[in-house]
Amino acid sequence: MSQTIKTTFQLPIGPIHPALKEPVAFEFEIDGEQIIDVNVTLGHVHRAIEWAARKRNPIQVLYLAERICGICSYCHPMAFALAVERIADVEVPEHAQFLRVIHAEIERMCSHILWAGVAAHEIGFDSVLFLTWEIREKLLDLTEYLVGNRVTKAITMIGGVRRDITPEMYPKIKETLQYLKDSFEKLRRVYLEDKTFKMRTKGCGILTKEEALKLVAAGPTTRASGVKKDVRVDQSYFAYCDLDIDYMTPDILTGEVNGDVYDRIIVRLLEVKQSISLIEQCLEQMPPGPIVSEPKIAKLLAKLKKVDGEGIGRMEAPRGEVFHYVKLNANEYIYAWKVRAPTYNNIMPWIPMLKNQQIADIPIVAASTDPCMSCTNRIIMIEDKKTFILGKEELHQRSIQKTRRLHL
Amino acid sequence: MTKSLSKSFKKALWVYHCNSGSCNGCDIEIIAALCPRYDVERFGIKLVGTPRHADVLLVTGPVTRQLVDKVKRVYEQMPDPKAVICVGNCGNTGDVFYESYNLVGPIDQIIPVDVYVIGCPPRPENIINGVIKAWMKLETLEAKK
Repeated sequence: MSQTIKTTFQLPIGPIHPALKEPVAFEFEIDGEQIIDVNVTLGHVHRAIEWAARKRNPIQVLYLAERICGICSYCHPMAFALAVERIADVEVPEHAQFLRVIHAEIERMCSHILWAGVAAHEIGFDSVLFLTWEIREKLLDLTEYLVGNRVTKAITMIGGVRRDITPEMYPKIKETLQYLKDSFEKLRRVYLEDKTFKMRTKGCGILTKEEALKLVAAGPTTRASGVKKDVRVDQSYFAYCDLDIDYMTPDILTGEVNGDVYDRIIVRLLEVKQSISLIEQCLEQMPPGPIVSEPKIAKLLAKLKKVDGEGIGRMEAPRGEVFHYVKLNANEYIYAWKVRAPTYNNIMPWIPMLKNQQIADIPIVAASTDPCMSCTNRIIMIEDKKTFILGKEELHQRSIQKTRRLHL
Repeated sequence: MTKSLSKSFKKALWVYHCNSGSCNGCDIEIIAALCPRYDVERFGIKLVGTPRHADVLLVTGPVTRQLVDKVKRVYEQMPDPKAVICVGNCGNTGDVFYESYNLVGPIDQIIPVDVYVIGCPPRPENIINGVIKAWMKLETLEAKK
């Protein structure tokens, strides 16, 4: 009788898989239930955006930058515009600086409220997901009223913005802000006082201040750990220097900093409140004037054609700092363009956050940094030199089960 | 339209969403269509986890070189009768990425497309309208059998 030889199996998952919202491929080597090895293939969404920019002029690249990400469709073109303005010494009118703040804060509120819904979904509260998306629809209505579109805004122009906000539009903006203030109280009660939410998020996924500094985390993730870092305050751009703005850290509300998921929720909720106040301040202080420094696009392009130099644009996107590097070499087209999105910074902090955590806590911890979808879907745990991979669906199920257990 | 719609209510329509390299813009509008304001689940339209259960395939994104075979295979796994909806400009024409070296081009060059939903991204109403058109097409296919 021949001897049976035990071998491992190859199990490919992705790039198109119900658990994966964005294409990414995994190849596992499995032995029974255990996963021995994993190989990840990225780059399925590579659309050669930075390469395509080399065949386009700066105005055309604005529309390309808008389509890097559908959720951050304002901060990418705006960071690009900041870089080009720095190279070409374009002066932005004061009125346009305030308009830019208003659009940036509306995008921040949309993104944070979307995130709050996703976080609720991860621990099994789908009714809260629907509640937050209902609130988000009101904000999208306001976005549509101000810029003419719901998602891709096409409001950015080098040297200003493309649409004005006139005093006749103020009542509609104020009405939406009032609605948000009323719903904010509802959200605060659900997220910060609900017993189940507290039990699931307090002391979970802790990122200490030292590690946040060491791993260069960005945005709300780092502020929840008590690091006072915010591009809006540190290197003020637009009209933020004229407005009352401060770092939002969880100790403002609770008096202590733990760096857990609960603190990240507090920071995002405080930032929604701060955004409402910033927009109100803008409406009060906004001086009249032109919305763009050079309304004639042909003239602007002719000016940019002669410019030689390199520059960076930094901006506080909803998820953290977004960084654009641009080089122009006195040509019609862009010479080089490099984009760094905040998710790059926020992936490494997952390792200290996930150490010594329960498996059921992984979805909420991973989602708490608000990563781009392709990053959230799969977690690799290394224990005793063996790698275990858990799919998003399974993690989600385990998370819901834990919430149910708490209710008993 | 209303006549064919009432006829269509006989069957709940299940949709499979396939991302072929899109920017999330169309994807969040598809989720917005499922959420309270538009709430398509009241018509029985829902997202399913596998193409083998689906009547309609929603494709977003411009189809990158790495994903061509996968999109074809997802299409082949769906049972007949089936309809394909291409959501978003980049799947229809390539949009801003049209000249990129990594795109295989519009979705209709890879799989047959029944309904084109244009917009970058299309509004939720537009997506729902596209699904209803696919519904009518499926009804005619079923009637021919």
